[in-house]
Amino acid sequence: MTLRTIVWKEIWQRPSAVATCVLAILLGVAALVAIRHVTVFAEREVGRQLQTLGANILVLPKAASLQDYYSADQNGMTLPEEHVSQIMLAGLTGVEKLSPRLCVPAALEGAELTLVGILPQAEFQTKEAWQTVTLFQKKAHVGCKKASCGPKPEDSSPEALATQRTIEQLRDHEIVVGADVGQQLRLKPGMSVDLLGDKFQILAVLPPTGTVDDGRIFAHLHIVQKLAKSGEVVSAIEVMGCCEDAAGDLVPQLAELLPDSRVVTISQVVQTQVGVNRLMARSSLFVLVVLVLVGGISVASAISSNVRERRREIGTLMALGATPRFISGLFLLKAAWLGLAGGVGGCIVGVALAVWLGPQWAGVAISPLLDLAAIATVVALTITLLAAYWPARQAARLDPCTCFQEV
Amino acid sequence: MFRLENVSKIYSRRGSEVRALCADSLEIPTGSYVAIVGPSGSGKSTLLSMLGGMLSPTLGRVWLGDVSLYDLSVVERARLRREKIGFVFQTFNLVPYLTAVENVQIPLCLSGMPSDDQFARAAALLERVGLAERLNHRPSELSIGQQQRVALARTLANSPSVILADEPTGNLDAESRRVVLDFFDELHRDGCTIVMVTHDAIAAEKADRQLSISNGAVSPLFGEQPAKAA
Repeated sequence: MTLRTIVWKEIWQRPSAVATCVLAILLGVAALVAIRHVTVFAEREVGRQLQTLGANILVLPKAASLQDYYSADQNGMTLPEEHVSQIMLAGLTGVEKLSPRLCVPAALEGAELTLVGILPQAEFQTKEAWQTVTLFQKKAHVGCKKASCGPKPEDSSPEALATQRTIEQLRDHEIVVGADVGQQLRLKPGMSVDLLGDKFQILAVLPPTGTVDDGRIFAHLHIVQKLAKSGEVVSAIEVMGCCEDAAGDLVPQLAELLPDSRVVTISQVVQTQVGVNRLMARSSLFVLVVLVLVGGISVASAISSNVRERRREIGTLMALGATPRFISGLFLLKAAWLGLAGGVGGCIVGVALAVWLGPQWAGVAISPLLDLAAIATVVALTITLLAAYWPARQAARLDPCTCFQEV
Repeated sequence: MFRLENVSKIYSRRGSEVRALCADSLEIPTGSYVAIVGPSGSGKSTLLSMLGGMLSPTLGRVWLGDVSLYDLSVVERARLRREKIGFVFQTFNLVPYLTAVENVQIPLCLSGMPSDDQFARAAALLERVGLAERLNHRPSELSIGQQQRVALARTLANSPSVILADEPTGNLDAESRRVVLDFFDELHRDGCTIVMVTHDAIAAEKADRQLSISNGAVSPLFGEQPAKAA
């Protein structure tokens, strides 16, 4: 038998008191871990969007709301498609590519999804009216920082749609399928499917992107307009600038050119998310304070009451030769186990909550952060040990003569 | 073995002083069997606690052999108790969540004996007190007499040279009392020093020396020079 055996047996003697204490720590740690996970992944997502889409500009209907860059085109409102021509003909400096999009609801094999009409880049080259303008002569933007941002090296495969957000070639009755739709409906390139009463052949299944695009099907813009009977409209026009600086300069020019539209950069789109992230970061600090107070007080109170209940036992152990260090060790080790159980349990619950709720709260996929879990466990352990220190010290200083008295 | 030199213990209660114990000189030689009798509140437990190194006197010195107990540090006194002194309590003071064998293992655990050796020694001691079949019973699953025998086994775990017993027969039936007193006789024959505080006249008669304590003053019950009052 060792000190550990004694502590372990005593814990199981009073399971309900121990469970209450562990629960207080567990809930605090779980909230802390869940919030921090969501915050960290939401911040990473914002960073990633800024990195990959920093030079992109969205032209949206005036009243469109902005929650997320990728779903900004899914607001039910439309713009005239002629805005694409207006941008082309304006010959603005720094514009590298345009990607008009029209989102319409559709169903495939009973699954509801979004059908997105896109215009392949090759058509910009061939459209007679646009051949006269200078867009494709790559009008240089002075001081261009293309290397740090803006369109990446060209890739003409259909799968490039996932990363470049544009496609080089897409024939009238071809579609490109998002990763989730492809997996869910077991779709493969070459298969034929019926969409909005027409037959389409699958050109490619996109790799996962972690965005709403995974749940979409992409077809030619003009076919989608025809099948949806929407007329010549688009939901959004994505303008790819050559670099982030160019994007900043393009916004006022586009706003002037298209006064009935809303022109935003990716930085503006993610501003809301940045605000939410900041709030979450502050919330995690608040939860940490609550954890320290509630968890700490709960442990201190539980250990104090445990010391009071066990005065006779402590006196007896002292009479049998236990040193003050052994006595305080009984309570500190108990507190350490409570902290460890609450900390580890809280991490498991917190990570599970974050993985489950993250996509719903913040629209980001979350995976466990082991270093964060380890830090949370160490924090829980430290709090419980600090909270138990004083009662443990009081126990070590108890009058051993209590072993002779009825307590 | 024990020697009390000008010892007094004074408690302060609401501004007034209460003298719990005073003895100019009291000697308890090695191997003696001493019974201390006296009414409740007379200072018996104070004397026992003081002899056990758990309650420092207000004045004077308590010697165990050639060691002045209260000149030692708290840790040194704990070690001395572990090595030399065994306690027997009126209400046994078994740890309720440990089994009989684990209760007996406590002093062995405190002295740092390896777990396997602890178990073997504790099991042998329980066998010696007739509880070989009850090793894994908790105190609540044992009769009062059996609990006192477990407590006796625990007292003997570290082979103490002194046994300090506080009303060891106070809660026992006649048969259990006989078992405990027979055990004390056996230990006394083996050279153990026993100091027993008791109300029980039959138990006191078993001792070879009886002291009386009243209002903190220790005196011989029959024909012995009293310890001088301070």
